Amino acid sequence: MLLEGKNLTFAYDRKKGNILTNVSLRIDSREPAAIVGPSGFGKTTLCKILSGYLRPQAGEVLLDGKPLPKKGCCPVQMVWQNPERAVNPRLRMRATLADGQQIEDRIIRELGIEEDWMNRYPQELSGGELQRFCIARALGRDTKFLIADEISTMLDMITQSQIWNFLLKETKERGIGLIVISHSEALLSRVAGRRLTF
Amino acid sequence: MSCTNKRHILEIDELSVSFLQYENSRSSRQIELPVISKLSVSVHEGEIVAVVGSSGSGKSLLAHAILGMLPYNARTGGKIYFNGELLTPEKIREYRGGRIAFVPQSTTYLDPLMKVGEQVRGGRNSSGGKDSGRGGRPSGGRRNDPERRKKQRALFARYGLSEETDAKYPFECSGGMTRRVLLTSALMGNPELIIADEPTPGMDLALAKKSMEDFRAFADEGKGVLLITHDIELALEVADRIAVFYAGTTIEEAPVSDFASEQLLRHPYTRALWRAMPQNGFQPLPGTQPYVKDMPAGCPFGPRCENYSRECAGEIPMQRVGCGTVRCVKYHGEPLAVHEHHA
Repeated sequence: MLLEGKNLTFAYDRKKGNILTNVSLRIDSREPAAIVGPSGFGKTTLCKILSGYLRPQAGEVLLDGKPLPKKGCCPVQMVWQNPERAVNPRLRMRATLADGQQIEDRIIRELGIEEDWMNRYPQELSGGELQRFCIARALGRDTKFLIADEISTMLDMITQSQIWNFLLKETKERGIGLIVISHSEALLSRVAGRRLTF
Repeated sequence: MSCTNKRHILEIDELSVSFLQYENSRSSRQIELPVISKLSVSVHEGEIVAVVGSSGSGKSLLAHAILGMLPYNARTGGKIYFNGELLTPEKIREYRGGRIAFVPQSTTYLDPLMKVGEQVRGGRNSSGGKDSGRGGRPSGGRRNDPERRKKQRALFARYGLSEETDAKYPFECSGGMTRRVLLTSALMGNPELIIADEPTPGMDLALAKKSMEDFRAFADEGKGVLLITHDIELALEVADRIAVFYAGTTIEEAPVSDFASEQLLRHPYTRALWRAMPQNGFQPLPGTQPYVKDMPAGCPFGPRCENYSRECAGEIPMQRVGCGTVRCVKYHGEPLAVHEHHA
């Protein structure tokens, strides 16, 4: 599958100028890609546009030549840097996970999510445990692309390698495209083949 | 003895922290939940010591315990020495914000009703916390002192905080800006020890490097830094020694040079941590840290350790092996002797 951004232009506040101007990119699901660049240059904004959270002021996002669907689960899913800010604090983890619709038990098991965590609230879990839920939630049946925006910066090395080894295997098996943002050169050389530099 | 005979700035000897909690929502019975047990760490003059551990392992509580900032339902045990002097609760109150500076983790530690420039200049109340004003605000004289104004401006400029930022309230600053404000406020005073709790997330790499250079320069003046972080890559870059924190205790303390290869490291967990780094194999160790409520007897790493044996379920003392220390029964080194030089 092919995810394309065509001439994307975006500004949060037009008076302060554009964050993105005429950005175009093509990402093939067979080759994990990394987006690199200094902070504040709009990496996360670009991801939000690619995954349908933001609409660009000009340009379009196409998945295999078609625009992203307006209803239902978005085939381009994003996992965020701070899992504690990506979940509803008033929902138990079981309900949070149900947001992802039809998450296979296999995924939950391979991510090391324990049954006991399901009945807890987000503030009762550590960052690494919470991030596992956020990843499982993004791996629903219809996911075609996964955008990982600094998903392991706040995790220790062991948790980071657990999560990434799982993600690499899972995306490869299911043919899911992977887009990675990270400042760690060592990590990128392990997970992404291609670099898109800002 | 140790591989350095430098003076200790901070020495923590078997610190334990536990919280009193109600057993459950229906019961009025309280139970004690141990979150830090028998933690030992020291910082010598001229040193940056990094305490590295995963999220949820109780790292921040260590900083709060040293500074006497734990909530009312916490109980502590063990001893903390600062410059060879036992830190009592009274002494902590006297030194913190002065001789001991703190860079907190959360960006909510700033006074939300005070402009950040003013806040950094004011620093600790010069009269020692007995200000008559609302909420112990620093006296205006200190805040408007031209010397302090100059220093604050220079520090802000160094961290790319413009003149406009001086007049901003904390809610108007971005996450990265707030971190920088917190850092400058620690450097404003003239501390001998800085305790920094995850000071860099939200900063970009260039800024993070700059702040680490400042810690380095600060330590090189014969002072000490205790850097609490989950980021072992950062720690390996700036620290002199690394204390590895697992399930509420330090399991190994090693000079950074020992992280050059797996064989130089001591504890099986540290070795697993080393192997999990992307540049060293990216091999995951299965499992997660045990919860305080279901902590195994003896070694907390026991259930995940491939060399687990029956003796691992017993009491495991911290021992000195080479230039580091380790808490593992497979080693037979010298016992730690903190008490000797404080006797």
